[in-house]
Amino acid sequence: MEKKVILIKDTGFKSDTTRDIQSLFLKAIRDIGAEESIQIVRAADLGIYNQGVVVKILPDNTVYTHINSDNIDQIVKAVHKGEVLENLLLKDRVEQTRIVLRNCGVIDPENIEEYFSKGGYTSIAKCLFDLTPAKVIKEMKKSGLRGRGGAGFPTWMKWSFAANSFGDEKYVICNADEGDPGAYMDRSVLEGDPHSVIEGMTIAGYAIGAKHGYFYIRAEYPLAIERVENALKQAYERGLLGKNILGSDFSFDLEIRLGAGAFVCGEETALIASIEGKRGTPNPRPPYPTDSGLWKKPSIINNVETLANISAIFQKGGDWFSSIGTEKSKGTKVFAVTGKVKNSGLVEIAMGTSIKDIVYNIGGGVLNEKQLVAVQTGGPSGGVIPKKHLDTPVSYEHLQELGSIMGSGGMIVMDEDDCMVDISKFYLKFCVDESCGKCAPCRIGGYQMLSILNKISEGEGELEDMDKLHRISQAMQKASLCALGQTAPNPVISTLRYFEDEYKQHIIDKKCRAGKCSKLIQYTINPDKCKRCRLCVTNCPVSAITGDREHGYTIDQEKCIRCGRCFEVCKFEAIARV
Amino acid sequence: MEKTTQQKAMRKFTKICDIVNQYNRDKSKLIPILQKVQDEYRYLPEEVLTFVATTLNIPPATVYGVATFYAHFTLSPRGKYVIRICDGTACHVKGSNKLLETLREKLNLKDKNTTTSDMLFTLETVSCLGACGLAPVLVINDVVHGQVTREKAIKLIDEIIEKENKNAG
Repeated sequence: MEKKVILIKDTGFKSDTTRDIQSLFLKAIRDIGAEESIQIVRAADLGIYNQGVVVKILPDNTVYTHINSDNIDQIVKAVHKGEVLENLLLKDRVEQTRIVLRNCGVIDPENIEEYFSKGGYTSIAKCLFDLTPAKVIKEMKKSGLRGRGGAGFPTWMKWSFAANSFGDEKYVICNADEGDPGAYMDRSVLEGDPHSVIEGMTIAGYAIGAKHGYFYIRAEYPLAIERVENALKQAYERGLLGKNILGSDFSFDLEIRLGAGAFVCGEETALIASIEGKRGTPNPRPPYPTDSGLWKKPSIINNVETLANISAIFQKGGDWFSSIGTEKSKGTKVFAVTGKVKNSGLVEIAMGTSIKDIVYNIGGGVLNEKQLVAVQTGGPSGGVIPKKHLDTPVSYEHLQELGSIMGSGGMIVMDEDDCMVDISKFYLKFCVDESCGKCAPCRIGGYQMLSILNKISEGEGELEDMDKLHRISQAMQKASLCALGQTAPNPVISTLRYFEDEYKQHIIDKKCRAGKCSKLIQYTINPDKCKRCRLCVTNCPVSAITGDREHGYTIDQEKCIRCGRCFEVCKFEAIARV
Repeated sequence: MEKTTQQKAMRKFTKICDIVNQYNRDKSKLIPILQKVQDEYRYLPEEVLTFVATTLNIPPATVYGVATFYAHFTLSPRGKYVIRICDGTACHVKGSNKLLETLREKLNLKDKNTTTSDMLFTLETVSCLGACGLAPVLVINDVVHGQVTREKAIKLIDEIIEKENKNAG
């Protein structure tokens, strides 16, 4: 009989719940004496969220959701007998195209054998023995793969620049400093399939003639670091890294460097400074890292998702890869669909899929049946896409046309309760906090824009502030040293473009539609609906609600800090927000 | 008495020497060295920074510059429990601000203070932890708690306080 495997979704962190569930499963398997035929594996990510604890049964690919201690015995018995439990099955979802996430949640990331069983490390063997470095780059050109870190620079071109650069030493760097708030595909790949990234880096090293490479990983990702360390150890043991890989002339070493909490270090030149042990501030380009990078040697910096594509390209060929996607954007893109969406999680779709399909068919639509207002892509460097443009296909060009960018793949769904001024303030504040302060346009421009936005959200804004925002944005875009400053105004520009009315509402009517800007709202109690339950009185943190059961209650507007606590706790909708 | 203080100081620097030697006194490894030192002390005391600079043969200003640039490094002592509230986009739209307000109030943190006077808690925000599917998220000493409500947050704090009181009494 074929061996069955039960994968338990790891929360991605060292969570106690997963461990409890795991031990309950182990016990249930022991109880029926099926240790030989059923195996338990903790998987990094099954790409399914908001469904409680999720397990996936292999090889049948059955997915059960909302697992708890009561139905574990039942599941184990069904797996043992080869039956399916209809009531726990995951409801059907639109098919994704999985290349980057092909092994995530399918193999045990801590076992190199399982990566072998999926054709792992055959690509590096093929490159080393059948292809010259020039041919490797040619195949990459055929595939049309573009950098997944955000800017979309053709990967083959970067490689060929570095390959043609003169130098005895060259470096390959994996950028795993995933800092965009709302994006976490790099973490999932490193946790779920670390070997594919190692293989991608080795192929890159062979192509450009590098002997050494670095993983630059955010320190916020402890499990990812652990899994990469483990994978590196296994790869060294098998002779897939180190001297004379697989008996060839090619030697390649990899080591890990941890980020220390600076978003700007996702920028190439800042990342290099950080590896060299300096403050992570960017440097002017040119010279580009492909000419003079780490230790002033030619270096390439590729994003995790980009590198995870490479071994797949060499397994199936560049032509296969370029057959997926649109004319200029090839392959797939992983998005982290989050925010006000029913099924938040990682989604990998072929380029050209519409945003609407992602949000409604895969994401299951908006949470609590509310109205979708906009979808934000590209994080703090991107912009919002309003509802009327939801049919837009996802590709580098299309998103840019709309004033947003692909970015690293965050996709945040926003509903009627989200205020666009508040959102642009949020992103801008992030960039102001993370600005390294080296160049004036970013340091000063960001600060000034933020104070204008603060003014607007407090009801002190004037119409000419909108022009000022445009003017500062232009200065920042043109004059900032690195992409952080150049793209920081994007969220403001795009919200001004699509939600001008909302800004005007804040400035002229002094109103916030979503009720997010606390200075522009007031809470009052509707005496007709109030049942005098006193729940708001006991919950008010500043004792602003007074009155008694007989005469009803009122909110003292002077004392009220507009925290919205009363609005949330009232069971009778008696508190009005105006 | 004086001798013990001196001995203590000596021990302190032996540990740092070990860390610096582990990295071959390589100044390009300054960041990993500081990370290790901070693991040891929970913060970076000023005299330690100077000592690291001397052993690596670089100006103390360079070390100070690096230590103040990166958000992970802290130059002031932190509490026994470090609570980090994620303020990534997904957590932001799902109300991380309110969690922060609630906890500041609960821990009685005034003005710009981030650490409680009994050195038990430090409260800070952190940019995206990459657990957006669980938003809003908070982390207490590396243990992640997802889909946190105000009530749940207060309960978590109460549990810690209770545990600490039990240990003390």
